[in-house]
Amino acid sequence: MAKSLFEKVWDAHAVRTLANGQTQLLIGTHLIHEVTSPQAFGMLRDLNLPVLMPTRTFATVDHIVPTDEFAEPYRDPLAQAMMDELRRNCAENNITFFDRGTGKQGIVHIVGPEQGITQPGTTIACGDSHTSTHGAFGAIAFGIGTTQIRDVLATQTMALGKLKVRRIEVNGTLPPGVYAKDVILHIIAQLGVNGGTGFAYEYAGSVFDNFSMEERMTVCNMSIEGGARVGYVNPDQTTVDYLEGRPYSPTGDDWPAAVARWLGFASDPGCHYDDVVVIDAAQIAPSVTWGINPGQGISIEQSIPDPALATSEDEKASIEEALEYMKLTPGAPIKGTPINVAFLGSCTNGRLSDFQEVARVIAGHKVAAGVKAIAVPGSQIVAAQCEKLGIDKVLTEAGFEWRAAGCSMCLAMNPDKLIGDQLCASSSNRNFKGRQGSTTGRTVLMSPVMVAAAAITGQVSDAREVFATGRN
Amino acid sequence: MALEKISSVVGQAVHVPGNDIDTDRIIPARFMKCVTFDGLGEYLFYDVRKDADGHDRAHPLNDERFKQATILLTGANFGCGSSREHAPQAIQKYGFRGIVAENFAEIFFGNCTTLGIPCAVATRADIARIAAAVAADPTTEVTIDVEAQQVRFGAETLPAEIRGSARDGLLNGRWDAIAELHEGVPQVRETAARLPYMAV
Ligand code: SF4
Repeated sequence: MAKSLFEKVWDAHAVRTLANGQTQLLIGTHLIHEVTSPQAFGMLRDLNLPVLMPTRTFATVDHIVPTDEFAEPYRDPLAQAMMDELRRNCAENNITFFDRGTGKQGIVHIVGPEQGITQPGTTIACGDSHTSTHGAFGAIAFGIGTTQIRDVLATQTMALGKLKVRRIEVNGTLPPGVYAKDVILHIIAQLGVNGGTGFAYEYAGSVFDNFSMEERMTVCNMSIEGGARVGYVNPDQTTVDYLEGRPYSPTGDDWPAAVARWLGFASDPGCHYDDVVVIDAAQIAPSVTWGINPGQGISIEQSIPDPALATSEDEKASIEEALEYMKLTPGAPIKGTPINVAFLGSCTNGRLSDFQEVARVIAGHKVAAGVKAIAVPGSQIVAAQCEKLGIDKVLTEAGFEWRAAGCSMCLAMNPDKLIGDQLCASSSNRNFKGRQGSTTGRTVLMSPVMVAAAAITGQVSDAREVFATGRN
Repeated sequence: MALEKISSVVGQAVHVPGNDIDTDRIIPARFMKCVTFDGLGEYLFYDVRKDADGHDRAHPLNDERFKQATILLTGANFGCGSSREHAPQAIQKYGFRGIVAENFAEIFFGNCTTLGIPCAVATRADIARIAAAVAADPTTEVTIDVEAQQVRFGAETLPAEIRGSARDGLLNGRWDAIAELHEGVPQVRETAARLPYMAV
C-alpha cells in the first residue's frame, strides 16, 4: 500500500501501543541544549534511572551564550550555572557535547544537520519547538517538553498520538527577490497560526524540489508557527548531496546502502493525505509581519490591517491588540515604518547561504545612522565559513556587528536585547510580545535580505527596490 | 515505579480570577534561567503578585488566609501561551494539588496531567459558588473527586469534568508515562536493532 513518509517513519519506529491508545515511539536521535534539559536530568536522578542510549543524544549550548564574550565565567551567573550543569550532565552520562571549545557549537537546529546527525527516515526529538527544522531532511522531528526529554533519556521513546498529514504544494517559480522565508510566512498567513494543529506538514512541489537544503530548513523551521508539530520535505538527491562527507554520515559500503534506504522513505505516489493545499509560487511576494504572531503577515506592498474592516469580533480584537502593542497605524503602508535594530541570525535564517545572500546585495551600502545592526552566525562552523569567504568583512564594512554563534536576539536569553519599545527588523521566527528581551520591544519578521534593506534605509523597505536586484 | 492512584484531591482552595491567564503570567520567562524546577514555586504569578520593588501587591496568593490552599480556582483558557513545562511545575512546587477552571489550554492540560495534577472543568457559575464559600470561610474543605467527576464543599456537590484519558491515567496510576515506557525497554531495543542508524 502506498504510504507517506510520515507513515513509513512512524511505522519503523513504533515500539508498541500503550494502555491509553498512544504509541510508544522510538526516538532515534535526541538533541539537547542548556535551557530545557537540566531539569530532565534532575528528574532522572530522582527516579534513579540511567540514560538508556547515551550515544543517541547530542548536546550543544545556544540560548544563553553571550555573543560578545567567550571567556568563562560569564557576566551572568545564571547563564554560567546552566552552562556548567549541561557540561556536568553530558560528562556524567557520556553524551557528546559540542561545547564552545570544539569549534562545532551553535544553535541546536543548525548543528544537527551540519554534523550529518540529522538524517532521512529518522525520528528526532529536542526540547525546543523549532525542532521541526530537521524535517527538511525527511526526518520526523518533534519539539518536546521537559518531562518528555526525561522519557527519551530514560527509555529512548515517548508516548504520542499519530498525526494527520497535510501536503502543501508550492508550484511554479518564485518571483525575483522572494525567498524561502517569504514562502513560509505566506503559508502561515494563509493557513493561520493554528491551522496546522494535529497535522504534520509535507512540503512539496517544484519550489521545494528546487530549494537547497538550507532553504528547506528555513521553511520547516517555522512549521510550528503554523501550529504543525512536524514539517518535512521528502528526501531526494539534494538531501543526499548535502549529507555526503559530513562527520556523522555513513561511509564506505554503508553509504550507498544508507542512500537507498533514505530515498525509500519518500512518500509513495498515490499515498493518502488528510488534506492537500496547493499554492502558486507566483503569488508570493516579499513578506513582513505587522503584528504579534507570525500569522499576522502581509506582503511588503500591502497596508497595515484596519480593525474596522475585520470580518469578526475576534479578528477585530486581535488586530487592535496587535496594533496597540506594535504602535502602528491601521491602513498605513507597512513600507516606511522606522526601525531601530536589525537582527540577522537564528535557526530560521542564520546559515551560510543567508549571510552569503546578504553580503551579495549589501556590498557598497551602509547601515543607516542610528540603527543598531547585528549579524549572529547560527554556528561556529557557519561563522568560520563566512570568515573564510570574507562575508564578515562585507557585513562589518556595511555597519553590522559580527558576533559569535548562538540564538542571541531571537529570544534574548543572553545579553542581546531590545531596549524599551525599539522596533527590530528580524530574520528570526517569533514576533510575540516581549520576545526580543524588552517587555515593550517590537519585532517585524522578514527574510535576511529584507533585514539588510531595512538596516540600510532605517525603515521597513522593499529589498527589490533598495538593491535594484532580485534573486539570481 | 508504581505511581500513586489519584482518585481525589482534598484541601483548602483559593480563587485567582481571570480568563486567558497565560504561561508567562503564571511564571515569567526570566525565571526560566534555572537548572531545576525546585525554586519555581516562589515565582508563581510573580509579576502580578509583586511590584517593581519586589513588594507584595494585593493578590489572593498574598492573602494570609489562603496560604494553606492546595486547590486553585480560576477562569477560562487557563494556561494558554507557550508549551513550557515551567508553568505547571511552578503551580505544583508552590503547593497546589488540583485546579478547577472553566477550561484549560491543551498543552498545559497535558503537562499538568503528566505531573499528576487533576484539572477539573466546571461552569463559571459553579466556580463562583465555590469561590464565595471559600471567601466566606477560607478553611472550607474542597474536594476534587476524580472518580465521580465532582467538586464537593460543605453540603454541596457540583459536576466537574476531567477529560477521558487524563481521568483514566490519574485513577489508574498511569498519569506519568515513564513507568509504562520503561516496561517496554526490551521491545525498544528490538525496534532499535532493526534501524541501522541506531547502531552508530
Ligand atoms: S534561534 Fe531562536 S527559535 Fe531557534 S532555537 Fe534559538 S531561541 Fe529557539
